[in-house]
Amino acid sequence: MGKIKVLTGNYSAAEAAALCHPDLIAAYPITPQSSVVEYLAGLVHDGVIDANLVQVESEHSAMSVVQGAAAGGGRVFTATSAQGLALMYEPYFRMSTLRFPMVMALATREMTSPETVWSGQQDAMSVREAGWIQMFCDSNQEIVDMIIQSYMLAEHPEVLLPVNVCYDGFYSSHLTEGVDLPLQEEVDRFLPPPSFHHAVLDPDHPFALDPLTPGPILMKYRKSHLDAMEKALEVIDEVDKKFGDTFGRYYGGAVSQYRTEDADVVIVTIGGMTGTGMDAVDQAREEGIKAGLLKLRFTRPFPAEKIRDALKDKKAFAVIDRSVSFGWSQGPMHMEVKAALADADSRYCHFSAIGGLGGADISIEMMMETIRNLDAHKNEPGERETQWYMVD
Amino acid sequence: MKEIRLHGRGGQGVVKASQIVVKAAVAGKKYGQFIPFFGVERKGSPVFGYLRISDEPIRRKMQVYEPDILMILDDSLVSLPSTYAGLKEGGTVIINSVKTPEELKVPSCAGKVAVVDATGISEELLGRNIPNTAMLGAFAQISGLVDKDVLFQEVEASFGAANREAAQKAYGQAAGLKE
Repeated sequence: MGKIKVLTGNYSAAEAAALCHPDLIAAYPITPQSSVVEYLAGLVHDGVIDANLVQVESEHSAMSVVQGAAAGGGRVFTATSAQGLALMYEPYFRMSTLRFPMVMALATREMTSPETVWSGQQDAMSVREAGWIQMFCDSNQEIVDMIIQSYMLAEHPEVLLPVNVCYDGFYSSHLTEGVDLPLQEEVDRFLPPPSFHHAVLDPDHPFALDPLTPGPILMKYRKSHLDAMEKALEVIDEVDKKFGDTFGRYYGGAVSQYRTEDADVVIVTIGGMTGTGMDAVDQAREEGIKAGLLKLRFTRPFPAEKIRDALKDKKAFAVIDRSVSFGWSQGPMHMEVKAALADADSRYCHFSAIGGLGGADISIEMMMETIRNLDAHKNEPGERETQWYMVD
Repeated sequence: MKEIRLHGRGGQGVVKASQIVVKAAVAGKKYGQFIPFFGVERKGSPVFGYLRISDEPIRRKMQVYEPDILMILDDSLVSLPSTYAGLKEGGTVIINSVKTPEELKVPSCAGKVAVVDATGISEELLGRNIPNTAMLGAFAQISGLVDKDVLFQEVEASFGAANREAAQKAYGQAAGLKE
């Protein structure tokens, strides 16, 4: 049992990062993530944590600085959102392909234009082919727990990949609620110090890091990176179990399910819309609809097998995306869930729902419309028109 | 679960006040949740806040469309259609004002209306117009959702003794306005 504190999502991320003994933190402020690093800067200043805090002039520099520190064997942390992530892209891609473990909080935000600073998951979805592990949180408790878990996952010797812990901008980053914050000694027992050595700079054994690499060798690196992603699917479950055994909170690994056992229709959610979706499922059940919810906790690696299992005996599903896939007239996770099922059109009534872009709300009523639509057509396999959660 | 919507202007302390309510709720072994909704982040622009208090864990993370309670920190906001929108039948309205409920055009569905001069109290005790802590005193009296002593304690811990006094004074004033 930890200490109950009332925290915003951003402060939850900062408190959790502090509990993991980061050696170095570098970040550049961008709404809605800014208070993560402001809070950590305070903890460093007050001597609560013994970390190097590097002030940088941009997100490109922030990721480059933490990359250098990771190459020195350090445990590092940063946070960003949207345009900040876009500016960071070049070293961001190199972080994963150098196989450096780290954890980055991503307070997800819509991408401009039109000019916006509000919520959305377009930033995270836009970098899903950059080699990072990506997971999405629903509650502030989950933010705390997943930052701690993610260091264990990232530094696992058969994984060695950076992890994005994503949570919805404003709807989670600025949401205040009670959190059971683990005690330092409990975290120290759970999470050993970093011990990755595959590319650590050692003055006694100098070598060139990341020299120009011919295609045939690069292909081996890529294959190995993809294999590590596959391995990560197992490690995610192992870490979830180990964390649950220590702290009493289990999340189910790469996906979690709510009232799906006997469900006919399932909504698939990502991140902070999940709690709202559970309330919608309960309401649907009261209306006599056998509804359930499948939460995609991890999107990279993509838990295809778990999705197939969860939807095996179901009749209909909709994936609710807080982002779009340009050129597909639907959300990116709907495309990927379909790809995981392969025979979706012949077996299920299914469609994509898109909502919550640029800070727009995703309400219970919007999700009820999705659930009622699925229930009305559950015996007619095939893809239906994308539903847009438009607000008048 | 009780759903509360706050309407104020940037700089009036909507966010801090709501966070104190969540702290008081959690200290009282209940669940609390607050989501702020900013427009442009600058002083004076309208700010919304969505506050929930419940005996059960709060799962939904969405805006409040049908509030049980409306807290209005600036009475010029009553002219916006969004301010009274969706108020539940028999719901509660707490307004920082010296005007009458008729002048404030409080909708007839309201069950309880409290008008408190939180600006006057804050100007008297704090020397400036930061009405949030006085509004918390009125909220504790009218809603009965959080323990007043725990709330006063949280106000003092966050903002000091003068703000506690502001909350206590508004608590006393709002008492006479109930129903």
